[in-house]
Amino acid sequence: MDTLEILRANLLSPLVLAFVLGMIATLVKSDVEFPEPIYKFMGIYLLLAIGINGGVDLAGTTFAEFIWPAAAAIFLAVATPTWSYLVLRRVGRFDVANAAGIAAHYGSVSSVTFIAAISLMESAGQAVEGFIPALSALMEWGIIVALFIGRFNLRQGDTSLGEVIRDTLTGRSVVLLMGGLLIGVIIGEAGYERIEPVFGDLFRGVLVLFLLEMGMVAARQLRGFAKVGAFMVGFGIIMPLLHGIIGVTLGHLAGLSVGGSFVLGAIAASSSYIDAPAAVRATLPQANPSIYLTSSLGITLPFNLIVGLPLFYLYSQQLYRWWYAI
Amino acid sequence: MRTTPVRLVTMIAEGLLEDRLLQEIQKLGARGYTCSAVHGHGTRGISESFWEGAQVKIETLVSPETAERILDHLVAHYFHDYAVIAYVSVVETVRGEKYL
Repeated sequence: MDTLEILRANLLSPLVLAFVLGMIATLVKSDVEFPEPIYKFMGIYLLLAIGINGGVDLAGTTFAEFIWPAAAAIFLAVATPTWSYLVLRRVGRFDVANAAGIAAHYGSVSSVTFIAAISLMESAGQAVEGFIPALSALMEWGIIVALFIGRFNLRQGDTSLGEVIRDTLTGRSVVLLMGGLLIGVIIGEAGYERIEPVFGDLFRGVLVLFLLEMGMVAARQLRGFAKVGAFMVGFGIIMPLLHGIIGVTLGHLAGLSVGGSFVLGAIAASSSYIDAPAAVRATLPQANPSIYLTSSLGITLPFNLIVGLPLFYLYSQQLYRWWYAI
Repeated sequence: MRTTPVRLVTMIAEGLLEDRLLQEIQKLGARGYTCSAVHGHGTRGISESFWEGAQVKIETLVSPETAERILDHLVAHYFHDYAVIAYVSVVETVRGEKYL
């Protein structure tokens, strides 16, 4: 498929269409609304399903295959919030709290983007390594790195960073992804067959509903659009592009497949929308939520889902062609 | 029936502060509390931005001294950075010794 065709296929996928519908619903002030418990349930289901599917695929993976991709994920978790912070401070002229708060978002993972990336690979028939959910969990450390930078520069010490570390590591995405992986490894193919109707067949349908909700959430953040300014709009688009390209390249160097490198790039490009806002609000309350929420949810999330993912996929394919042409 | 005047301290805060505030008011002398999820609109607009976790309303019946300590604590640690409001009213209750 050429570039335009992949962009068009992504744009017309049920996931992106549902996301756009959600955005429109909010913009025209429709009364479409998911009850909070249902929205939470869908999030739990999707993360657990991805974990379990990954775990089942893990059979036969050696530790040596995992170690370099894990190193790449850890590097990204440290590097992306660090340089995001520096760019925000030096170029964007943000104060320490706001720069660190935004960096925590761009240095960690958006579960929606991650799940959408996995789903895109499934529909493209592209295999993805089973341990990918573990890489996503590792990259949640980006939040801690950014908050540490912020707290260190502010010399702030009233609430303990230990609490934030605990909250991040026991947060739902880490627990469900890692727990799901473990369940998948233990039950194996045979055990999975019996739960497949719920965790396999239903997955894409639930994801469509979830993206409808995320479209509404994203559009709600657009109210703050005027407040964030041109710099943040540019940052919210250029940073994910840069992180995506670096992520795919590193994935490739670490020995991941086309699909695996693509997903690593997608999660590097993504910007957290649940764990990071809560952690930043708790530790750096002086940072302005309308800046980090608008850029992360209102700009970067739609950009990644609509344009970023197909571009990273194309880049990942292209990289492999170049590699093998040499 | 004989009633005693006690202070009702009501705090309305961002949902993510719930656990922290509950622990702290108990340390400051509150012996019990009632907590409910609420929603509304305030000057900071935080409730509109954060879609996860509603606002929380915490009510506690305490002595005038404890009420004072709780308010001082909120002034020192919360009012500047967080979306929190608090108010105190005098209410009449039976079994006043339970709260004081």
